[in-house]
Order: sequence, then structure tokens, then C-alpha cells
Amino acid sequence: MRIERDIIYIILAFIVLMVVVPWTAGQLSDQIFFNWPFFFEVAIGGLLSGVMYSLIALGFVLIFKASGVFNFSQGAIVLFAALTLVGLHGLGLPMWLAIVATMGVMFLLAVSIERLVLSKLVNQEPIILFMATIGIAYFLDGFGQTLWGSEVKVLSLGISEAPGFYFDGQILINDFDLFAAGIAAVMVVGLSIFFQYTRIGRALRAVADDHQAALSVGIPLKHIWIIVWTVAGLVGLVAGMMWGSKMGVQFALSLIALKALPVLILGGFTSVPGAIIGGLIIGAGEKLAEVFLAPMIGGGIEEWFAYMLALLFLVFRPQGLFGEKIIERV
Amino acid sequence: MDMNERKIGDVILALDNISLSFGAMKVLDDISFDVRQGEIRSIIGPNGAGKSSMLNVINGFYHPQEGSITFRGEKRKEMDVHKAAASGIARTFQNIALFKGMSTLDNIMTGRNLKMKCNIFQQGWYWGKAQKEEIEHRQKVEEIIDFLEIQNIRKTPVGRLPYGFQKRVELGRALAAEPDILLLDEPMAGMNVEEKEDMSRFILDINDEFGTTIILIEHDMGVVMDLSDRVVVLDYGLQLADGPPDEVRSNQTVIDAYLGVSH
Repeated sequence: MRIERDIIYIILAFIVLMVVVPWTAGQLSDQIFFNWPFFFEVAIGGLLSGVMYSLIALGFVLIFKASGVFNFSQGAIVLFAALTLVGLHGLGLPMWLAIVATMGVMFLLAVSIERLVLSKLVNQEPIILFMATIGIAYFLDGFGQTLWGSEVKVLSLGISEAPGFYFDGQILINDFDLFAAGIAAVMVVGLSIFFQYTRIGRALRAVADDHQAALSVGIPLKHIWIIVWTVAGLVGLVAGMMWGSKMGVQFALSLIALKALPVLILGGFTSVPGAIIGGLIIGAGEKLAEVFLAPMIGGGIEEWFAYMLALLFLVFRPQGLFGEKIIERV
Repeated sequence: MDMNERKIGDVILALDNISLSFGAMKVLDDISFDVRQGEIRSIIGPNGAGKSSMLNVINGFYHPQEGSITFRGEKRKEMDVHKAAASGIARTFQNIALFKGMSTLDNIMTGRNLKMKCNIFQQGWYWGKAQKEEIEHRQKVEEIIDFLEIQNIRKTPVGRLPYGFQKRVELGRALAAEPDILLLDEPMAGMNVEEKEDMSRFILDINDEFGTTIILIEHDMGVVMDLSDRVVVLDYGLQLADGPPDEVRSNQTVIDAYLGVSH
């Protein structure tokens, strides 16, 4: 991967905004408390919450990469997976068995989506497929809650939320966040290898580029669709477990998907590592901004910071940090 | 060595009374010809004659309303894309259909798709069997890359390659399947003389070294007459003539419709 010049500018600008400005402000103003351990604690906390955004963004990237379709229903998939998991666990299955069973359900879901929706829409415009995923999203939201009920449910993975350890006696990192980061790292490495070096990974990328050519070398579209939606479902399940145990399994889970959009714009819609790095930047950026910049301009930055950043990217680097340059053929 | 004394065998593919329409438009009207094992068979005709449609019928993209296709002695109404690929029919496209974001190597590797056997779980794990399989097939792909003399663009995303090289990569992808029948849709369109000579040489070598049967669509008459064993001529979905190059060249209907008439 070639590092281009504007990426270096972006990194420099980010460092200036997020490090130099807070430091200077800390020196000049009494209102802002700044010391390095505190700065790093905020930064690491932000990075780790960024990982959680990345988990959601990954699901979008997978389907986009493999089919060129922006899958609006990823948020609904996350909710549906989490609801199913908690529901099955509630029926008395031990947690590990409930997880395995939910994976099976996600596979069945992928098969049904291919059978009932996608197979009818082969060779249609991306916008048609996008509309179809909106339909799938609403259906899943409703179906999941009809099946398992709409009250907030508790999901416990048995990992403590307590401060895990102190670094250097001052910086606090919690166990759960570390665990999430570890999971995300494993998934990224695994998926990158899968996409880059295996036959199915190559077939997925081929289908995204050209349906006809893919068919002519004997790549079965049907299987590819099922595989990619299953993988997106599994990634959704992991995201659902993480977010669900953090904020309870409830309808709001499907709205977290909106937080993944700026991550995608930053990282590039087609890049698995991009989804992770985009998530880290946004996670760290919004926390640092909230703690160090907000006192200067009056609070609430965390709410809109990610979208503002995404907007800047759309203007200056629409393909994102690692995305493929979009060249529209006419 | 006399080219015509080569290893031309029995009929491997026969098309009988093929008719294809899209709505009211008749694209192919009662076309019949056969292809023998090991020959270079050309389809010529002006734009809109139905040449590409013919290839699409052969590899199963289009399903004709009438007629039959006999492939390796098995008679059927239509081909199925996946089965065609699986039983040794590979092709290139008139408007290059490569996977533009992927490297030359990866594009050609997709051609090995049907030769690779590891299941999804083995590939999910990757290390071990799947990795070994990758390496094996990678060797075959390297041979093709050497054959087509494209070693130096191995890692380049094909979207960035010049047109002539893209055509070569597409040929490489088709070759990677080790096909029995290779369908080439205007492999030399838009090329300069030198590139055309290279491509002609590759086509002859493929036919000669691997014994691959080739069905060729091409506009350059010089190339067609030089390369082909037999030529079928289409015009607006109708079959005008079928025979060896010399015979076709001197056929009056063909001359009127296509070859000799200046517009």
C-alpha cells in the first residue's frame, strides 16, 4: 500500500488538532486541565471505543466489497443477532451453545435473503439493491422484536467492566475494552487474509467487479451472496455481543449503524483495515475533542465530531484513507 | 510443418438450427455450424451480425428459443453458464471484462477457480491445505504469465494497464482454466499492428502447444484468413456462408454483403 502525500497531511493535521492544540490550551488556560498521563488515558479510552465502531463498520465493508451494495440493514442485522442470542440464552441454552445456534440462524438468514430478495435482483442497478436492503432492515427490526420481545435485555459475557489495570500508576484501562480490541484485531487479520489469499476471497472481489466475467470463470453468484451475507451476519453477531453487553440489547442497537457511516467515509468503503483505522481515528478524535476542545467552544462536540470529520473527508478525499479511487465509467 | 496437417479431430461442438430473439428482434436466425477438436474456427460479419450473441449462446449467457447444441456428443437445448465453464469452455469479452481493482496475478488466479477444491472451512483457516493449494495453482499461473510475456505487470491492478495488456490479461484468465474450447471475442480490436502480431502468435501457440480449440470473432480480415481453419459468415442474424478461408473469400454473397463492398 503506497502512502500518498495527502494521507501524511491528514495525519499531521490530526496531530496538530488533537495534540498540539490541547497542549497549548492547557498551558494558556486554567479551565483546561492537561497533563500527559491524562491525555493518554483519554486517547486510549477513545481508541478502544473506536474499535467498537469499527466492528459495526466491518459488516458494511464486507458486503460493499463483495457486491458493491451499500447494505443499509447492517444495523438491523446487529440487533437481530443480539436479540436471537439473548433469546436463545433465555430459553435455557448455555451461552456457548446459544452463540453457535445464533451463528446457524445468521446462516439461515443469509440463505433466505439470497433466495427471497437478491436472486430476484441480479444485474439490477446498485440503487435498487440498496432500496432492497432498506426493506430488509425494517423487516428484521420488526421480526426480531416480534419474536423475542422489545424490552431492554441484559447480555452478560462474563467480562468485568471494572478497571482492569493501571498503567504507569495513572492510566486506567478497562478489561472489557481490551477484550473488544483483541476480538476486532483477530477479525481484521482473519478477514484480510481471507479476502486477499483464498479462492473464495478472490471470488468475492471478482463478483464485486464484474458479474458476467465472474460467471464466465465459473464463480457461482448464488453461493457468493450467501457466503458474504453469512460473514456479515457473523460480524454483526460479534458487534451485537459487544455493544449489547455494553448498553443492553435494545432497539437502539440498530441505530449505532449510523455511527459507522463516518467511519466508513474515513476508512474507505472497500477497505477492511480502513474500517478499523477509521474507527480508531473517530473514537480517539471525538473523546479528545470532547475533553480538551469542548471547554473552549462550549461542549457537545462528541455528538457531531464524527460527522464533521466525515464531511471534511467527503470534500477533500472522497475515497477515504484506503478506499479504491472511484472512477465512474460512462 | 504444415498447419493444416495438425491434429484436427472429430466434431466437439455442433450448433443446429439455432434461433435467438429478444422480443421482436431476431438476433440469430436458424444458424448451424460445427467446431472440430483442435481447429481455429472464426465467426465473421459486420457489426450487429450476431457474432457475440453466438458466443453467448455457446457459453450459456443466452438461451436460444430454437435449435440444439451438441457438446461432446451430448445434445441439449441450451448451455448453462456454470456447466459450460466447468466442462472446459472459457472466454474473453469484446469489451474487456476484467476485475479492475485486482492485480494481474489475482485476475488470472480467478481463472483457476474451478480447479481449486478446498472447502470454505479449509479456506477460512487458510494455513495448511488451502495455502498449499494456493501455491500449486500459483505455479500454473506463473507459467501462463511467462507464456504471455507479462511478467513485469504481475502485481499491477489491471485497471491501470494499457488496453493491449488488459486484453492479454483477459486471455490469461481464460487460459488459466486450461479450457478445451476458448472463445475469443475480438481479441485484437483497437490494437496496433505490432500488438496484433503478438496476439496472433499467442493464439497460434495456444492452439498448437495445448491443442486448444479456438472460436474466434475478429474484424481484421487479414488476421482471420491467416489464422482460421474454417470461417462462418453471419449477417443480420443470417448465416451467409461456411467453409475454409479461401472458399469464403471467393463466395459472391459474402463479397457483396461484407468483404468487397465499399461504403
